[in-house]
Amino acid sequence: MNNLSAEQKKYLLMHRRHKRIVSISRILILLSFLFVWEFTANVGIIDSFIFSSPSKIALCFFGMLMDKSIFLHLGVTLFETIISFLLVIAISILVAVALWFSSKLSEILDPYLVVLNSLPKSALAPLLIVWLGATKTTIIVAGMSVAIFGSILSLYTSFTVVDPGKIKLIYTLGGNRFHALSKVVLPSSIPAIISNMKVNIGLCLVGVIIGEFLAARDGLGYLIIYSSQVFRRDGILIQSTTSSYISQMLSLHPDVRPEKIPQAR
Amino acid sequence: MEQVLELKHIHYAYHTLDGETPALTDISFALNKGEFVSIVGPSGCGKSTLLSLISGLLEPEKGLIKINGKYLKESTTNVGYMLQHDELFEWRTIYNNVILGLEIQHMLTARTRERAHDLLDLYGLRQFESSHPSELSGGMRQRAALIRTLVLEPDLLLLDEPFSALDYQTRLTVGDDIGQIIRKEGKSALLVTHDLSEAISLADRVIILSGRPATIKQTIPLIFDLDADTPLNRRNAPEFKTYFNLIWKELNTDE
Repeated sequence: MNNLSAEQKKYLLMHRRHKRIVSISRILILLSFLFVWEFTANVGIIDSFIFSSPSKIALCFFGMLMDKSIFLHLGVTLFETIISFLLVIAISILVAVALWFSSKLSEILDPYLVVLNSLPKSALAPLLIVWLGATKTTIIVAGMSVAIFGSILSLYTSFTVVDPGKIKLIYTLGGNRFHALSKVVLPSSIPAIISNMKVNIGLCLVGVIIGEFLAARDGLGYLIIYSSQVFRRDGILIQSTTSSYISQMLSLHPDVRPEKIPQAR
Repeated sequence: MEQVLELKHIHYAYHTLDGETPALTDISFALNKGEFVSIVGPSGCGKSTLLSLISGLLEPEKGLIKINGKYLKESTTNVGYMLQHDELFEWRTIYNNVILGLEIQHMLTARTRERAHDLLDLYGLRQFESSHPSELSGGMRQRAALIRTLVLEPDLLLLDEPFSALDYQTRLTVGDDIGQIIRKEGKSALLVTHDLSEAISLADRVIILSGRPATIKQTIPLIFDLDADTPLNRRNAPEFKTYFNLIWKELNTDE
């Protein structure tokens, strides 16, 4: 690597500098936000009872770490989210395939899917409790309800935009519609399926927390509601940050970004 | 002579809500074993429709199609169809693209795999077997597409303007290349094109279609007095110009 030209070295240097500025700025924004928040709360510009403060939150979080309650709630929410996510993926792939197979079916169901997708799902949650009881099932279904219709629609759309020439090729090679599905439609939709999964994991988490608001004895959603009822702003904030952090971790796991998926196979 | 393909009084029309568009009326012709026939005609006259009918993707409204003496539906003959674009799958390697047809027809055996390797070797793609299509030039991609068709050992090849997506220079060499491959494999072929010089350089016979709805205007046999009868040599032969003018005139006369 010593035989790089001066220009290439300069380019690499510029690139590294750019990256460094971006990451330092990101951290600085967070630190200055925390500092301003802590400072204003301490000198009494904002009411720390209503707005809490970073140090109080840290103490509260530490307390939860100590009595291990945070792990229980985190685990429950994570479990429910993953179950509803897996169900959403499996069901939406199956339904999208069925719709792709029968253009008649997709034409018939199209308005229903659009309506169901635009339904305010959080309004459904109280109904779900009545229908299914205050159980884990309700929470998982609530998580699914947020993601599933959009997921079906976007998968079906990605199936229908597959190059018709490639499907014709399958027929000219003596294949049928099943071959078109397994050899062309599914492989060429893998990037779409992955990006769909990325969106869905976040949506499922939102749905699960909405469900937990209303029908749970544990989980992050339950903690948020509980804290807000006992006026522990720091608690709510911890839970909200934790949950958004989970969705970050789940959906931005560096190796599952669609552009990183090898086109092979 | 043995006939590979026979078309009798074929009619076909496209239907939309706005009405009916007749595409082909009363098309009849036959293709002998080992013969290479070009079909030319004004664009949009239904040339590609004709190939779709022969390959069984569409069904004629009237008339019958026989392949190797059997009706199309009962025929077990493999018909190879080469499309305008190579349609190689980017998520498969060249080798896996080539065996796609074998995979679909459940013909993957040690022997057919061997043949796929042999053909890739013969036509200069051996070292690209595990490359992905985007790493190949347009000409090599088209050759891979031809091998994908040939590996199914078709008795009849249908070529739907297979060179039209290539730039002019590549087109000449690939046309020459693929023309010679088809001759060498002893295949019967039906080429649809709007490029007259391509039709003349490759075929034994040119069928001229009229504008829509297409009927057969004339059939012109091509005879070249050449030692090495390759597509490129034909382009330099004195007969080439004569045939070109003949077909050009025929295409542009409206009766």
